[in-house]
Amino acid sequence: MNNNILYRLDWWLILVYFLLVSFGIVNVYSATFNETLNGIFDISQPVGKQIFFLIFSLFVGLIILFINSKFFEQFATLGYLISMLLLAGLFLFGKTVSGATSWYNIAGLSLQPSELAKLTTALMIASLLSKFQSDLSTIPTLFKIGGYLFLPFILIVLQPDPGSALVFGSFFYPLFREGLNYVYMIIFFSILALFFVTLSFPIGIVIGIISLVIFLLYFILKNLNPKIKNWPFILSLILSIGFSFSVDYIFNNVFEQRHRDRINIVMGKEVDTQGVGYNINQSKIAIGSGGLKGKGFLEGTQTKGDFVPEQHTDYIFSTIGEEWGFRGSFFVILLFCLLIFRIIYQAEKQTNKFRRIYSYGVAGLIFTHFLINIGMSLGMVPTIGIPLPFVSYGGSSILAFSTMIFIHLNFDANRLNDW
Amino acid sequence: MIRRFFLPFVTLLTAIVFVGRLISLQLLNSSYKLLSDGNAVIENSIYPERGYIYDRNQKLLVSNQPVYDLMAIPENITLFDTLELSKILGVPKTELKKQIKTAKTFSVKLPSIIVGKISKEHNAVIQEKIWKYQGFFLQKNSVRNYPVPIASNLLGYVSEVNKNDMKRDNYYRLGELIGRQGIEEYYESFLRGRKGKKFFQKDRFNRIIGSYEEGKYDVPKEGAQNLILTIDSELQRYGEELLKNKRGGIVAIEPRTGEVLSLVSAPSYDPSILVGRKRSKNYRKLALDTLAKPLFDRGLQAQYAPGSPFKTINALVALQEGVIDDKTAYLCQKGHYYARGMFMECHCRPGTKNNLLSGIYRSCNTYFANTYRRIIDRAGENVGEGMNIWNSHLKSFGLGNYLGYDLPVGKKGFIPDADYYNYWYKKGGWKSATVVSNAIGQGELLTTPIQMANFTAAIANRGYYIQPHFLKSVSNGVLDKVYEKKTTSIDSIHFEKVIEGMFQVVERGTARVAKIRGVEVCGKTGTVENFMKIDGVKTQMTDHSIFIAFAPKDDPKIALAVYVENGYWGARWAAPIASLMVEKYLNGSVKRKWLEDRMLNGSLLAEYEKPYLGKPFVINE
Repeated sequence: MNNNILYRLDWWLILVYFLLVSFGIVNVYSATFNETLNGIFDISQPVGKQIFFLIFSLFVGLIILFINSKFFEQFATLGYLISMLLLAGLFLFGKTVSGATSWYNIAGLSLQPSELAKLTTALMIASLLSKFQSDLSTIPTLFKIGGYLFLPFILIVLQPDPGSALVFGSFFYPLFREGLNYVYMIIFFSILALFFVTLSFPIGIVIGIISLVIFLLYFILKNLNPKIKNWPFILSLILSIGFSFSVDYIFNNVFEQRHRDRINIVMGKEVDTQGVGYNINQSKIAIGSGGLKGKGFLEGTQTKGDFVPEQHTDYIFSTIGEEWGFRGSFFVILLFCLLIFRIIYQAEKQTNKFRRIYSYGVAGLIFTHFLINIGMSLGMVPTIGIPLPFVSYGGSSILAFSTMIFIHLNFDANRLNDW
Repeated sequence: MIRRFFLPFVTLLTAIVFVGRLISLQLLNSSYKLLSDGNAVIENSIYPERGYIYDRNQKLLVSNQPVYDLMAIPENITLFDTLELSKILGVPKTELKKQIKTAKTFSVKLPSIIVGKISKEHNAVIQEKIWKYQGFFLQKNSVRNYPVPIASNLLGYVSEVNKNDMKRDNYYRLGELIGRQGIEEYYESFLRGRKGKKFFQKDRFNRIIGSYEEGKYDVPKEGAQNLILTIDSELQRYGEELLKNKRGGIVAIEPRTGEVLSLVSAPSYDPSILVGRKRSKNYRKLALDTLAKPLFDRGLQAQYAPGSPFKTINALVALQEGVIDDKTAYLCQKGHYYARGMFMECHCRPGTKNNLLSGIYRSCNTYFANTYRRIIDRAGENVGEGMNIWNSHLKSFGLGNYLGYDLPVGKKGFIPDADYYNYWYKKGGWKSATVVSNAIGQGELLTTPIQMANFTAAIANRGYYIQPHFLKSVSNGVLDKVYEKKTTSIDSIHFEKVIEGMFQVVERGTARVAKIRGVEVCGKTGTVENFMKIDGVKTQMTDHSIFIAFAPKDDPKIALAVYVENGYWGARWAAPIASLMVEKYLNGSVKRKWLEDRMLNGSLLAEYEKPYLGKPFVINE
């Protein structure tokens, strides 16, 4: 075993990481391009800031690589505490941008503590689950973990930044990997399915569908195992119907119109291309007009014309789609798949539970961002403003995700070293 | 196992769904390309500068001048002193506020015109102070400029297209300019050129952010042509001055080429009043002047009885038909009875015997009444045929029809034929005596001044005329137009006798006032009775004063017709004016200052007011 960490690093993962961040900078440059740009290192322009943060992230990353892996496990609770305090402090010292108090303004740079919270929560959850007395099948453990997830969630919701808060749902994946009961998964996905079915069809048809599905399940399962009890079916039938009614009620009476609109657009119910659907529609036009080869770097008419709002942040994928076409978009999707697969593969090889759960959490976080962000740009997911990791403009985001990757790299490189 | 592969599986599934979506958006659906073009590409027209117009001596008649539009981008307007700005602009405060409000409803991000067409001089004043008003700026524009204030009806004017223009010709878009009336209308395509197209890339607020694909799809504008007219601007200006405070028209033609040297219609106006901010107000004023009718081109559109000048043509027809010769003579007793109880007056002294020559220079009604009756009675088998023979000779002079000149307005005039009289009197119900008024250019005949000038040119040419026209050449030299030479049905030998008569008119006849030292002028006076309906009663008005002339006699350089409404008699206004025009054109300057002064300062306005004063009045006093 070579003692120099550089020989033990996973350079494939680092290559994928660098491809993503460089492509990100190229597209942020294009999306924010204007005549007044004084070179790419102009710190007053988004692309200059992005490069600054990238260099800073690499510097931090380098330090991380040389830190003993055990430090992170010990640091988890403190890190979590600090990030929660930072989130809470926003209510006192935060800067409000377009309605959400999500930033600290330090020396002209905006820092978003919710990005840091993603990292520290990943460490915290890993730390909690790796304790030998933790057992996911016990109610106290579930409650404990739920509490640690709920705290950042509620602090971020109150900013209000529901998009970022939603991301904390991605800890479902490491939990499930570590033995969360199937029932929770079934419930989780049933709720999701029921939610969309209820919004798509009139309530009468929904009840019909629910009854039909449960009856079929009942007959099939009863044939397989005649000893099965009847009450779980009746209970799930009642709960499902009750849920449908409440979703229907919540959607029509509790949700604000803008929430309803966002969901309706994705469901294809209303086509309002000038109002709420404007972003999604323009993003689809940008991507669709890219064709196979794209319009070329700095040649995107949608990008240059600022037709897609927030294009350098949440809608960066539309720039990629427009200027680099199907080939560029496919490339980005491929890179994300490689990144996630590689992290999961390496996590599975970990013998240390804390490090495995952490890496798995990172993979889950990246996947959730990937799913929501690109899905939104393609008009398949409601408008939820979260960045595309490594690619979107955003100093805190690139710093937090880079740190996550470098900690993972540290863990992976030191896999056989200790323990 | 399932737990381990769940996240990789979901990731893969998501990636496949995304790629599928990308295939459908980017590879299978081409409509997004169109949508993005529609979003991002704006087509702007670029206009060539409208062509200049010069006179026959390359003197500039019409050019372009910069004006300035005060523009505003509502979004950028900050609080400002409306009262002060309205004072600077010379626009009422309420009007200013209204314009800004309209601009806002159009777009807050795009510039709108707040006050249009500010003159160069006024602009200088505004320019100094406009910096104080954020969101306002001045944009250069172009309107017509008239270095000399003449020929307004002939030149026409330029204004924005209306719905009908756009329906008729889909070249035009809202807000573009089109030539109206005169040369501006007739030669619109020359003067306008062809607009080009420039494609720009725009942003989501429709602001232009650069050219589209380096101008790959741009269409260059095609240059507008400058026009060189046949008009002599000096002569034109002089004619307009001579007709000041009178009503009527002057048409002067170069006989050899058919080039119109001047087309004067009075009253006239300064063409520059139809430019800029006051255009519509001034135009309305001109259009509503239904008494003087300044927009009515009397040179082309006014149909008058031709009067005595018409005797020259009747003489030519009679000679051609062989019903008289130059020795045929008639006795005039201050007139004659042409039918029982029907006496036609003449101003010849009793007992005057007139042949062709003296008939013309004395303008003897008796001589021409008899001559005309001979044409009608003897030229054909019967009066109907005689009438039609006379009619067809007249038509060969271009009478009774449009002359085909290159201006958009005109009138046909009227030459009666047998059918016309058969309709009014029934067949056989009329004879030569019935229509004898035609002999002296009264009766049913109607001609326009340009027709009169044209037949004078045909006489000067001894038997032919070239289609009169106003365009001499265009700046690029391409003018695929050949002006037709039209030969009259009168043999050229007959002309000399009539021309000699016309020469004597000036030498010792009715128009000695028109004599110019050193120039052999040929002419014919005319005094035309005319009537007007006043409160439904047909009332005779003061006679029109007419003169046709050409000179020099043996090498005609100019032929013209002058018509002065209610000018008493031919030699009082029309003959001197015609003579001064000839002198001006041939000699470059006028020596007979006394005559010039009388014509320039003379006014007939009192005459024109008579019918509207509501009092009884006398005519021809």
